[in-house]
This record gives sequence, structure tokens and C-alpha cells, in this order.
Amino acid sequence: MARQEKKKDVVIVGLGWTGSIAGIELAQEGLDIVALERGHDQNTVPNFEYPQQIDELKYGVRLKMMQKPSQQTVTVRRNGDETALPYRQLGSFLPGNGVGGAGTHWNGLNWRPQEVEMRLRSYVEETFGADIIPEGINLGDYPVSYDELEPFFTQFEKVAGISGYAGNLNGEIREGGNPFEGWRSEDFPMPPMPTTYDSSKFRDAATAMGYHPFPASAGIASTSYVNPYGMQMGPCNFCGFCERYGCYQYSKSSPQTSILGALKRYPNFEYRTESEVLRVELAEDGQTATGVTYWDEAAQEEVFQPADIVILSSYQLNNVHLMLLSGLGEAYDPLTGEGTLGKNYAYQMNGGISMFFRDEEFNPFVGHGANGICIDDFSISQNDFGAEGFIGGSYWRSGTFNGQPIRNMPLPAGTPSWGAGWKQAIGENYGHAMSIGSHGSHMAYANNHLDLDPTYTDRHGRPLMRMTFNWQDNDLKMNQFMKSKMEPLAASMNPDSMRSGFKGEGAEYDVRPYQTTHNTGGHIMSENAREGAVNRYCQSWKAHNVFAMGAGNFVQNTQYNPTGLVGGLAYHTVNAIRTQYLSNPRPLV
Amino acid sequence: MTDLPGYPSRRNFLKASAAGVALSGLAAQAKAQETTPPVPLEDYDRAYLTAAEWAFVMAATARLIPSDGDGPGAIETRVPVFIDLQLAGDYGTADDWYMEGPHDPDAEPARGWQTPLTPAEIYRQAIPVFDAWCEETHGATFAELDAERKDAALTSLQNGDVALDSEIRDFFTILLANTKEGYFADPQYGGNHEMQSWVYIGFPGARAAYRAWPERHNEKYPLGPVSISGERA
Repeated sequence: MARQEKKKDVVIVGLGWTGSIAGIELAQEGLDIVALERGHDQNTVPNFEYPQQIDELKYGVRLKMMQKPSQQTVTVRRNGDETALPYRQLGSFLPGNGVGGAGTHWNGLNWRPQEVEMRLRSYVEETFGADIIPEGINLGDYPVSYDELEPFFTQFEKVAGISGYAGNLNGEIREGGNPFEGWRSEDFPMPPMPTTYDSSKFRDAATAMGYHPFPASAGIASTSYVNPYGMQMGPCNFCGFCERYGCYQYSKSSPQTSILGALKRYPNFEYRTESEVLRVELAEDGQTATGVTYWDEAAQEEVFQPADIVILSSYQLNNVHLMLLSGLGEAYDPLTGEGTLGKNYAYQMNGGISMFFRDEEFNPFVGHGANGICIDDFSISQNDFGAEGFIGGSYWRSGTFNGQPIRNMPLPAGTPSWGAGWKQAIGENYGHAMSIGSHGSHMAYANNHLDLDPTYTDRHGRPLMRMTFNWQDNDLKMNQFMKSKMEPLAASMNPDSMRSGFKGEGAEYDVRPYQTTHNTGGHIMSENAREGAVNRYCQSWKAHNVFAMGAGNFVQNTQYNPTGLVGGLAYHTVNAIRTQYLSNPRPLV
Repeated sequence: MTDLPGYPSRRNFLKASAAGVALSGLAAQAKAQETTPPVPLEDYDRAYLTAAEWAFVMAATARLIPSDGDGPGAIETRVPVFIDLQLAGDYGTADDWYMEGPHDPDAEPARGWQTPLTPAEIYRQAIPVFDAWCEETHGATFAELDAERKDAALTSLQNGDVALDSEIRDFFTILLANTKEGYFADPQYGGNHEMQSWVYIGFPGARAAYRAWPERHNEKYPLGPVSISGERA
């Protein structure tokens, strides 16, 4: 018999970016709120302090800030004929752990989607015709438009403290910004970060080829800053330890830096760590949730936490897993197209080129996670899908980050992996290489989806979630297109040598090398209950007092890092709860 | 602060940075310490490896990152100590990983870690198998071979030419990865002795404060590394 806690107005599952946003916005309504966090508590002091945080082995390689697969993981297969096997050791993606979640260890690359990405199916049909859409692709429109989300992107960017330069200010295209971005109602909260040497070389080469370089939109403070919640950031010192690390000096946007200190001052908010939610409990009629059941690690027992509103704000994979385990919809069947949970799991299609300049100094350890100059000349709104034979696009970026030697040691093609030749090569090349990355879209396909594994279970006896995922021709073609465009640009910079890494035709998903922690979809937004798991307000079609935050809402992945859209959707959702739902709890669509 | 010829802004840079105070403090501490030399590798008190395994790890890492040529080798940087300590710790026992069965160690490599064995168990099982292969093929255990034969044997191991059961087939991959980790990790983990690898490639270690540097283009950063414990080199 589970222990039962006192009923709350709101229970929040997972205290990362979106849980913190829901917490502080709903705390302002005077609601009685508890957040349940699976992992440990952590804050800038003492958890991210200098110099203990500057430890590549512990955090960069042994991944001590990340979710432990021994506690929670998925199984993976590349198609329906394979037997899924556990993702036993982290590799391809790195879900976070503890308070702050992935928002503590991200790179700070904060993007808005392009306007056309929010209505991609309509855009493709109107511009190129429905007949170019490949078979097996679940191409969709988001049930909410860029214009509707714009105020919420702006709100998130002010809270997170984003540095950059608007390229489209209320429709006016501004020199030096991104001319292809969606319109902004205001300029960035902070000016762009300084430009490192590699970025400046890339900018000059891109300009010479007629492209439109602009500074990356960075969740990294370029100046001192106070956000709307009164939280303070200090300017980044380019320490180079962003991705996989907590920021030791309050410069990287994170729940800790931007929200949690203010949130913890609300007496009507509390949070409990080491409290892993096992399932959402539904009322007998199945139309609403009554609360959640969680595992209290300290007490070693199950606890029922009743609540009027349930906010699912754990990582995308865990949100989908909880919804599958709780019956918050039917599991998606790729053969019939029926069901919604687990549908449209998507990822990211990336590639890049390393360039070696024997006589030049790049100081790769001087950087930050969102460093760099970008171009959007091959983005979704700029590509001719009809002529090129794919649907998608990417942004390119060059800028030093993660210049730590265990993980970041690009060497020229043909270098031996060990022995005298390797040792010679690291001495000659460390600090003398730069790279350009292509960060590309990933469409949704019937074949890529999430459901429950029939064999493997977690420590609570729950089935692991099963990921069925492989690379698809459409995105691989996009990637090869980027290679064909990027190689001439890289060559124009006259490196001593260069080395391309772009997946191509026939590439199969490999779970070992790190690729990206941009797992999306699985509880997608939709116009109706048949096509997705939640409505335009990220409200469950099944139980109207359950709201699901995060990248699980993505109809298909965009070409950008997901946090900006995740943040915008979160503010859009809490605004709907505050202005429409609290006064009259009901399905909002 | 005497190591800054030609960089007058260094003092301001430290003053302006959040780490400035910490760095100066660490430097003073390191000076006061005057390090005692570490125990010689042959007398090292092993935490996990057996004597035979230690002999193998010493011999193998000495070829993976040899001592001759520019830059330090695995032996001077005490990589074997790092490997021993890692295998004795929660990496060796795969504490963070999902290790429940059923296991399919024959799955293709792209499916990830599927052996039921931990990294420490793989070392334990694979070293005797590889040594036996070396005896059969080259006439002596690995550690007893000359350098040229050692390199040939490691190449065979890397290329999959040494018959290993599926459970231990990733031995070379983890041995090489662990060797490079020990070479480049902070010295607190037992390798990268005196931060020699960082000095060699020009990585400043735990300095982590470069406010003045993003716009100093194509200019080599002049300062040597510091470690987490405050050593300087």
C-alpha cells in the first residue's frame, strides 16, 4: 500500500527547464505546487564550483552529470525485424539527471524554428506539390503557428538570457543578423558574444561566397544581466566547459541560473529530489488524472501524490515512457497508423568538416558551447526541395567549443590511431585545427517510433521503452547535399588538409558515438485526438488535467537545437493554463 | 606572477575573472608543496590488476603511446596507474550501466555494449587469451616480445585477427580508449603525471578563464597548465 501525501494543486514531474518554468509561472497564481525530481539536488554552489567542475574525465567521459542507464534507459532496434537491445552505456544521446536536467549540461545553443518549419507540410504542398513527399514520411504541420508563439519565444529568451543580434526585427532585415530567421518583436536581451579566430575565418570565407554569416544565438551571457525573475548572470569567460558540465560562473543559461533561485522563494512551491515518478494515475472514468505515484528513494517506498493538475516535464524519452505506462493514449502502430503515443520519434542529421592549418593558432580550449558564426543559407526555407530531392535543411556553424583533449582531438585523414605516428600527430595538430558543423533537420517517419519493450525491465519492474530508429534516405540526401556545398567553402580557406564526416546512403544508426541529445516526438501536438497525443496547448487529449512539456511535442524535428522551441512551447502552455484552464478546467480544444 | 613576459594584460585578466583568486591561491599552494616523487611503477601497489596483467598493461601502453620521439609516453605519464585505478573503481565495475540480461554479445558493434562482462572483467579474461595468442604466433607472451613484434601483435588485435570470444572482442577498443584517457585526464586520476601531455600539446588544463582571449586571433596562448589540485607545469 503506497504512502499518500497531502493533495497539491499541481504536481510537476521533472525539474529541468520546463518544470521550472511551469513551477514559477503557476506559483505566481498562488497554487500549491510540488515538483518531483528523479535525481539529486544540484546548484552552482557547491555542485558546479571551480576547479572541481573542470574535469573532463569525470563529466566529459564518465558522464557523471547524466542519467545512469542502470537507473533508466531504453532499448534500441533499427527496424521492426531486429530484436531491440538495451542502450547499456551512454553514447549517442545523453539525457540529464538531477535538478536542472539537460538544461544544466547543454551547450546553450538557443534557436527559434523558422516560420515554415511550424507549417512544413503545408509549405511543401504549396511550394513544391504534394507529390514530392516521400513514402513513409509523417510530414506534418504544428497546430500552433510561429506568430502565435513569437511572444513566448521572446519571453523564454529574456528569462534564459540569450546573447545575439536580431536579423529580422519586426520584419526589418538587419545587416549582420540572420536574414532568414523568423521575425522578432524585440532584439536579443544581450549583444552577441565575441568572435574567435576560427569563426572569423569562416565568416570571411562565407561572405566571399555570397552567404550571410551571423553570430550564433547563445544561452551564454555576453554582459552582466538581470532577467525578469531578478536572476543575475555574469559575463562568460570562455572557460570552454559547457557541454556536459554545469557552469561555474553563472554565465550559461540554465534552470539554476535563470529560474530556480527565484522559484525556491515561493512558499507555495516545494520540490522533492530522489523521487522518481513511476506512473500517472487516472480516475476511474479515464478522463482525468488523480495524481502520480513515485518511488521515494530515501524511504524506499512508493508514494501517491494526489494533484489537480499534472505537468509532465521530464526528458522527452521519459515523458513518452510515463505516458505509455499510464495509458495516456494508445501506443502508435506503424503498420496501421493507429495510436499516437510513441509516434514521430525524430532526431537530428548532422555532419561536418575538420580543417588543419599547421601554422595557425586556434586555442581550441578558449570557447563556449554556443560559440561561433553561423549561416542559414542552406536552411529549410532556402532549399529547393523539388530540385534537390529531399525535404530538410541545416544551419552551419564554426566556433571553438569543448577543446578538451580526450574527446576533441581532430587529426588528419590517414593518421594512425596509436603509436609513434599518433603521438607525433597530436603534437602537430592540437590547436591547429578548426571545424564547420552542419546541424540538420530530421523528419518523422512511420518506421521511427517508441513503444514498450517486451523483454527488458527497469529496477522497478517496469518495461523499458523501446526505440525503433534508423536513418532514412530523405535526411541522408540532405546531409550529402550539405557536404557538396560545404566542401568548396572549406577548400576556399586553403587548409593544409581537410576531413569530411557526413553520413551517406545506407548509413545505419550506431548507438556508440555521441551524436546529439535532441530526441524529439513521441507525444506530438496535433489538431485532433486521432493524430497526436496532445493538443495545441500540450494538453493531453486523453486526460485534460495532464500537460506534457518538452521536445516530445515536436511534430517532426526542426533543423535547430530544440531548446528555444521547447521554451516557447512551455510558456505558451503555462499561459493557457493561467488564462484559460484554471478558471474552468476542461479540454481547451 | 613571473611567467607572463609580453602579456601585460594578464594581471587585469586574472583580476577581472571569477577564477582569478582561485588560481593565484592554487599556485601559491603548489609552490609550497614541492612534490615528492611518486612510487616507481615497478613498486606500485596495484588496486585491481594482477602481476601478470600489470606486466601486460605496462608493455601494451608503452607501445600505444611510446616514449621515443616528441612528447611523453604512457610510461612517463603513468598511464598504467590510471588504468589500474579506473578498473578498481566504478568504471571497472560498470556501476552506471544497464547490465541486466539477456545479453547478445554477438550483436553487431553498432548496437553498443552488449557483453555481460564489465570493463574490469574484460581485461581479466582477454589478457591471458591475447598472451596465449602471442606465444603461439610470436613465441613469447606480449610483454616479452621486442617492440616490432609487440606492434605487430597489437595491430592484429586491433584488426580482429586474434580470435576472441564475442564477450571480450572489444578489448583493444577499451584498452586504447583507457590509455588515451589516462594520458590526457587530470593528474588526480593517476596518469598524466606532471601534466606532461598537456604541456606537450599546449592544453592549459583547469585554467578555465580566458576572458581576454577570444579576440586575440591566431596568437598562441602562452601559459602552461594547472591541474585541479593546483599543480603548475
